Amino acid sequence: MNEISVQIKINNNNYERNIKPNTLLIDFLRDDLGLTGTHSGCDTSQCGACMVLHNNSAIKSCSILVAQLNNQEITTIEGLQDKDKLHPMQNSFRNNHGLQCGFCTPGMIISAISLFNENNDPTEDEIRKYLEGNMCRCTGYQNIVKSIEEGAKDMREKG
Amino acid sequence: MYNFNFHSPSSLDEAINIYNNSDDPKFLAGGMTLLASMKQRLIAPSDLIDIRNIKNLSEVIIDGESIKIGALYSHHSLSINEDINSKIKNLAKLANGIGDPAVRKMGTIGGSIANSDPAADWPAAILALNSNINTNIRSIKNIDFFTGMFETLLADDEIITSIDIKIPDLFDYKKFPNPASRYAIVGVAIAKYNNDVTVAVSGASHTPFIAKGLSEFLSENFSSDIPKNTVSKDDLNEDIHASAEYRANLIDVLTQQILKNN
Ligand SMILES: Cc1cc2nc3c(=O)[nH]c(=O)nc-3n(C[C@H](O)[C@H](O)[C@H](O)COP(=O)(O)OP(=O)(O)OC[C@H]3O[C@@H](n4cnc5c(N)ncnc54)[C@H](O)[C@@H]3O)c2cc1C
Ligand code: FES
Ligand code: FES
Repeated sequence: MNEISVQIKINNNNYERNIKPNTLLIDFLRDDLGLTGTHSGCDTSQCGACMVLHNNSAIKSCSILVAQLNNQEITTIEGLQDKDKLHPMQNSFRNNHGLQCGFCTPGMIISAISLFNENNDPTEDEIRKYLEGNMCRCTGYQNIVKSIEEGAKDMREKG
Repeated sequence: MYNFNFHSPSSLDEAINIYNNSDDPKFLAGGMTLLASMKQRLIAPSDLIDIRNIKNLSEVIIDGESIKIGALYSHHSLSINEDINSKIKNLAKLANGIGDPAVRKMGTIGGSIANSDPAADWPAAILALNSNINTNIRSIKNIDFFTGMFETLLADDEIITSIDIKIPDLFDYKKFPNPASRYAIVGVAIAKYNNDVTVAVSGASHTPFIAKGLSEFLSENFSSDIPKNTVSKDDLNEDIHASAEYRANLIDVLTQQILKNN
């Protein structure tokens, strides 16, 4: 099988690589680039731990090939903070005890930002519905929902 | 997942040409079903032909009487398209009930129909609505399209380009979802054109089908007072999620719920 050359921008860095066509985005992020903030939970597009932003929307990096993203742009959890300053949504998860083990958290935060990009003042119901594709085995979701409500408020205020 | 050659053609002709020059190729749209099957090694194509860079396959064209939806139009795009929703109410609701937001961003209407999963949502809607599935070589009437479990009338090297839907007087879809996957344990779609009513069902059998008895009854008498068990349980699936009897009952219940809401 022929390797293919891809160009992909991740967290504002351009990468040009030769890859095997069957390289999944999640494996590329974790194994080739060492960006291990994106987690692999189920590998079957159920849990959302592997979410990254593509065109401002959350997608599951376990279910897309790097080859499908040639000349496109991705943001991972590592790309959210501004130097040492956490993104307001990250901050809100910290302040509201929105995580316990933290395994689902990168996906939750990416999903929350994706929701904000579609709807900057989501209700509790809208948040819960949007998290259909994100699973958490620890928190019982209450504090996650609270974190997203407050994170969205912060993002609105910071413009 | 086994390895494969990857192609990214920019035209239909180029895609077909690559197809015909490959050993065991597959077209790739959103990948929400295909990549999962490849990871499980249920299939191992020699070549993947990504059709998402082919122009004009994600257009929507609305004229007075019908809507043409490009095969690559995503469930998400459809769920937020006000123009489509103002012409065919509840189509957006159907799209918004598929999987979860990330699945809806990638998954396409064409992929869903081509895949012909018996528990998928689009096939029931397409069967109920007066519609045609257009490909690179022909236009296929909806009632001829779904031929079996994961089987359609499509030839191997045929690409769905768009779906034409005649705008109905009324359309609705309701499913009883599997709580884990959100696929339909049973899904019922009803479309009405003048007095002509079609009830189509997904999830219940090995292939989506038209419930003839219910369609005939409602074409005569559009009321929620429907006759029970017109779909025989003998033709329905039985699995860990629901017995055939339960599914037969769900068809009646969902039909009644739709009729009461409309
Ligand atoms: C977690 C999860 C939950 C889901 N829940 C639901 C649900 O609740 N209801 C539901 O209906 N579906 C559900 N799906 C399936 C989803 O709707 C998929 O989007 C759809 O089945 C396949 O679309 P795709 O664009 O991803 O196609 P792909 O996976 O890329 O392709 C699927 C098949 O169709 C063929 N194909 C694709 N496009 C074309 C074309 N234009 N012409 C010819 N052949 C083509 C491919 O060769 C392949 O064989 C779910 C999927 C996941 C991962
Ligand atoms: S690892 Fe991608 S959805 Fe679970
Ligand atoms: S915090 Fe542990 S899985 Fe969510």
